[in-house]
Amino acid sequence: MKHLKAIIASIALFVMFAGTTVQAKVEIQWWHAFGGRLGELLDEQVNKFNASQNKYTVVHTRKGNYSETLNAGIAAFRAGQHPNILMVFEVGTASLMAAKGAYVPMYQLMKDAGQSFNPNGFVSAVSGYYTTTDGKMLSMPYNSSTPVLWVNKDLMKKAGLDPEMDLSTWKRVGNALDAAKAKGIDMPFCTCWHSWVHLENFSAYHNIPFATKANGFAGLDTELSFNSPVHIKHIQTLGKWSQEGKFKYMGRRNEAGKNFRAGECMLMTESSAGYAGIKKEAKFEFGIRHLPYYGATEAPQNTIIGGSSLWALSGKSKEENKATAAFLAFLSKTDIQAKWHQDTGYLGVTTAAAKKTKSSGFYKANPGTDLAGVQMMRNKVTQNSKGLRLGSFDQIRGIIDEEMEGVYNGSKTAQVALDNAVRRGNVLLRRFERANK
Amino acid sequence: MEKRVFFKGWWLPALLVAPQLLISFVFFFYPSGQAIWNSLFLPDPFGLKTEFVGLDNFRFLLSDPYYLASFKTTVIFSTAVSVSSMALGLYLAALADRLIKGAGVYQTLLIWPYAIAPAIAGVLWLFMFNGNIGLASYYLKALGYEWNHTLKGDQAMFLVILASSWGRISYNFLFFLAGLQAIPKSIIEAAAIDGASFWKRFGTIVIPLLSPITFFLLVVNIVYAFFDTFGVIHTITSGGPEQSTTILVYKVFSDGFVSQDLGSSAAQSVILLVLVGILTVIQFKYIERKVHY
Repeated sequence: MKHLKAIIASIALFVMFAGTTVQAKVEIQWWHAFGGRLGELLDEQVNKFNASQNKYTVVHTRKGNYSETLNAGIAAFRAGQHPNILMVFEVGTASLMAAKGAYVPMYQLMKDAGQSFNPNGFVSAVSGYYTTTDGKMLSMPYNSSTPVLWVNKDLMKKAGLDPEMDLSTWKRVGNALDAAKAKGIDMPFCTCWHSWVHLENFSAYHNIPFATKANGFAGLDTELSFNSPVHIKHIQTLGKWSQEGKFKYMGRRNEAGKNFRAGECMLMTESSAGYAGIKKEAKFEFGIRHLPYYGATEAPQNTIIGGSSLWALSGKSKEENKATAAFLAFLSKTDIQAKWHQDTGYLGVTTAAAKKTKSSGFYKANPGTDLAGVQMMRNKVTQNSKGLRLGSFDQIRGIIDEEMEGVYNGSKTAQVALDNAVRRGNVLLRRFERANK
Repeated sequence: MEKRVFFKGWWLPALLVAPQLLISFVFFFYPSGQAIWNSLFLPDPFGLKTEFVGLDNFRFLLSDPYYLASFKTTVIFSTAVSVSSMALGLYLAALADRLIKGAGVYQTLLIWPYAIAPAIAGVLWLFMFNGNIGLASYYLKALGYEWNHTLKGDQAMFLVILASSWGRISYNFLFFLAGLQAIPKSIIEAAAIDGASFWKRFGTIVIPLLSPITFFLLVVNIVYAFFDTFGVIHTITSGGPEQSTTILVYKVFSDGFVSQDLGSSAAQSVILLVLVGILTVIQFKYIERKVHY
């Protein structure tokens, strides 16, 4: 009996102490969209932060894919149940920016919390996306990638091709696909994120506008313009390849990545961040190449980013905002950034992280991993290659997806599909302008 | 033949009707009123500001050819789901009704799929027809048939109809079986003695006697196909490709909860409300007359 009393007393004591320590810590919520390998790496970052100090605890929750996470965040905001930090993919940036009052701008958050924070430490091609025209950083770049061409070298050999052959232009890619098809390769080409790669990045890469008003950076009265002859030519080519069985469309997001990792697809256009999964799963020799372009003489412009940034949502206590600021400052540390860059294939978003990675000899040991960075920063950005800032863009992407599916299955020409997408997208842009003026 | 009961005073009848009125108000009139009210506004996604736009949301919708096309998609989808699941349900019920041994086992197994939530059913079927790992798509490919529902609208439509009907077959089976068992055996035996064949008996005795149940199931199945199937569609196709599987209620869901366009979503709800109202009136006014109770 005495024994039991002692046990109860010690449990009670333990609970009391455990209770007080938990109470003393400020807990903040982070909603994100990462599962699989990326989810593990994110979890590692959070654990590292939680272990590094004893004032704050970050709790992270996966809310589905990028769109679902954004929508969960918005719905929760309306209900007053929103997290401290919300991961928003680049497509949702304009929607967040327009919702003044829904977030605490990054520069403000850091200043209020007294965190030393240097927005100039970020690569400008990345931070420019999340910064207002007067130079105020609104959200914190988290993961940024850019599309590259992934090559299954084993399948190239099987197709009787030199795995190191020049694949810098779409014409050369076309020749390789012809050869692969002739040798009976079932899936010579596949792509992830087709609007992002084949229209958005395509525009920047060829230095042609995706939308007027500097792709929306210069005003809400922007109009889509991705139905130019060059765009049409490319989408028509994809349609032709699809009809001929050289290009297999697997879905709107990164579904095709599965086929590539399983060794079924020979050439794939996908984010540079496909690296984490491919490196882990591919049982074949793979290579990374620059995104192909049109024209043999003119060198391409730069590609633009995809990925997400972290927004500090408003309506939280000062203490919690402090915790948020501390965590975000932690994430922007050089060693965290460098590790993230090397593990995932996302770009090193701070200059210091890129430098550190280079000096560590990582690029030499893993050829091709530096291509994405080079491709993004190879030229001085033009107003066509700075990025996109379009409202309701998640919906517009949905429209583009639908229309392009019509080209792939042969029900419409690229001209009709892109004209439709532009017209339907413009209606949404006007609706967005009206709701946010 | 109608029976009428008269109450003295008014408080007892009022009290008896009150719970029903309260439920109708809370679950029908209040949300419908909200939908109508919201359909007149254009709010931003975060609910920070809103603008009164009158009937602009409706004008916006009715000028969208894809919205108009989704009416047609809805008719095709609802008809296919209702007819196929009812026909199969009736067929299986007729078979199970004639069973002498092991009827209970068959009946239980046939009812089983009804226990599965629409979204889960969607995932199950999607798994089988998945272009990467699906068994069904693998065998179809072996037979030389290219299956890719992410690209081919008719395949996508077939798949969502299949997944939506599957669970409903059980439900319809259950009701039809009960209906069949309620038909007095003596009538059928009398017809058999008179020399009527199985099909003759089925067509002239069973079908008319089943008509109240068939009518009930028709109404319930159409309501199901109209409103309860967006989980299936969301998991399998998300309305694609090219909106070929975007039925009206899925568009309400996707514009409202995926695209955060609450004004348009509310306007669509109002249109759907009116549509289903009209449909119900038609069903009860014209089709119910052919029903023998």
